[in-house]
Amino acid sequence: MTGPLLAEFRDPETMLHAIGAVKRHRHRAIDAFTPYPIEGLAEELDVAASPIRIIMLAGGLLVAAFAFGLQWYSAVIDYPLNSGGRPLNSWQVFVLVPFEVGIFAAALFGVIALLRSCGLPRLHHPLFEVPGFERATQDRYFLLSSSEDNEQAARDLRDVLQSAGAVVVTEVRQP
Amino acid sequence: MTAVLEQNLRPPHRWIAGTRASDVEITQAVTEPLFQPAGKAWWFALLATLPLVLWLFGSIEWLFYRGIGIWGINSTVVWGVAIANYVWWIGIGNAGTLISAMLLLTRQRWRSSINRFAEAMTLFAVAIAGVMPIIHLGRPIYAYWLAPYPNTMALWPQWRSALVWDFWAIISYLLFSILFWYVSLIPDLATMRDRTRTRAGQLLYGAFALGWRGSAAHWRRLQTLHMTMAALGVPLVCSVHSIVGLDFAASLMPGWQESIFPPYFVVGAMYSGFAMVILLAVGFRWGLDLQSIITRRHFEVMARILLMASIVMGYSYATEWLMGWYGGKQSERSLVAFEFTGSYAPLFWALLFCNVALPQALWFPRVRRSLPTLVAIAIAINIGMWLERILIVWNTLSHDYMPSLWRTFHFTFWDWSLLISPLGLFAFLFLIFVRLVPAVSMFDMRELSHREGAA
Repeated sequence: MTGPLLAEFRDPETMLHAIGAVKRHRHRAIDAFTPYPIEGLAEELDVAASPIRIIMLAGGLLVAAFAFGLQWYSAVIDYPLNSGGRPLNSWQVFVLVPFEVGIFAAALFGVIALLRSCGLPRLHHPLFEVPGFERATQDRYFLLSSSEDNEQAARDLRDVLQSAGAVVVTEVRQP
Repeated sequence: MTAVLEQNLRPPHRWIAGTRASDVEITQAVTEPLFQPAGKAWWFALLATLPLVLWLFGSIEWLFYRGIGIWGINSTVVWGVAIANYVWWIGIGNAGTLISAMLLLTRQRWRSSINRFAEAMTLFAVAIAGVMPIIHLGRPIYAYWLAPYPNTMALWPQWRSALVWDFWAIISYLLFSILFWYVSLIPDLATMRDRTRTRAGQLLYGAFALGWRGSAAHWRRLQTLHMTMAALGVPLVCSVHSIVGLDFAASLMPGWQESIFPPYFVVGAMYSGFAMVILLAVGFRWGLDLQSIITRRHFEVMARILLMASIVMGYSYATEWLMGWYGGKQSERSLVAFEFTGSYAPLFWALLFCNVALPQALWFPRVRRSLPTLVAIAIAINIGMWLERILIVWNTLSHDYMPSLWRTFHFTFWDWSLLISPLGLFAFLFLIFVRLVPAVSMFDMRELSHREGAA
């Protein structure tokens, strides 16, 4: 049983080349870990698009509708108050509060959706065991890739990564 | 403190004043000040702001004990320094998110060196602003009545009241800003987690970094969220300061009941906020040795935005005067005359000088590139913007429809307290901030550096 391999690179260009090489040799490039977002990397790795924006829209509209409903109910049904002859349902100014609250709610739903879709917060992860992985948030570029589950394929993947310029290749074992 | 990134006076890159800025050099330059013991200057500044913080809490305590009569407000001029402070602070608060979000949406890459502390400025300024309307209430203990909650009195908030709009605008905006700031902070907190040597630091930064690994999938989702939040943030900011403008415009008073107020308040907010960002940037650049990250060119572009905003402000003032005259109402015309010649005329002329005349010096490239002049102009703009806010309050209230009620405002010691001491709290919070959180967004800087070929 061989685990996926984590290869460490000095710069993003080498890592992008390595992804190409891994794919050409019919291995699977699973994920990359970089100190800053690299354009085109997600497309290269076929990262699925996340529904964050839809969730934000739905959450924002829902809370805005609730806020409007609350104002309407309190001002028209539960506590009608004639203030200078203004209509009980002063919807023109009742839009202000739902707008503000709705945008905040959309942001909150977005953050929750981000965390859920990324599987965060997760304070421990097998990758943190790999020596040197702390540089993934500083100045090193890591590529996680896997091969078919046999010795031959694993050796081939290791060769591919090393000849593509990986500084270190480590096998990641699931705990 | 040592400068990790050497400043190069003739840099080959546009937004980085160094010959080289590799990933690790940027990381070191930004995190160095957090790991080194605080220098003398930091301790000195902290000790200098501490009395101001105590003064602020003391004066609020005294206010709660004696009531709002300790201020210079009277039965005619019922609004005073607290309201002007509220508008001024929330204006500064608005600018941080507005700058960050608008520059992100318009793909202005240079934002990476200023967005983090501009957003922090928002948090602190909005928090201070939020206190002002509450302490201005006659009975601050009942401030919570603004919130709709099931209560034994069977009461609901008055949703048609500007005070209730303010409450929701401030709360929503403050919480939104915290989220916006935190989302872009997570990757940098992970860097801090991985660089800290102490156990306590690792636990603390590790907990707040939520297990960030910088995976391609995570980055993509983070960018989607951040971009969408920025797109939502711009209308939110405009609406928040428009609601502040409505506090005045929804009344029937001469000089307040104007449809130009909401947009004019938003521009004013951006204007004073950008001036404050320049002041903070000068401080950070010097205090944290970030000369190569916050370059002269950054100041130059910010100065151009100030110039633009000063022209829009001048145009807004002129529109107000024109509409006062063109509308033909006696009360409006006499108010404009009162502004130019009445009790507060010297302050009004000072405001025009600070906000409209003086910033015209920024047409000259030499002025834009000189930091001392830029600092002087930024301070003048902040003073001018505060004068604008207090004069909006004073002029209208002192020169209402009924001449028999005309009175002027006179400063008391407690008005001065409320004017000066929040600045101390603001500076105090910032001093704590720079010791805890990277003041510059490191991942944005790495991206910028790679894009410019400096890495």
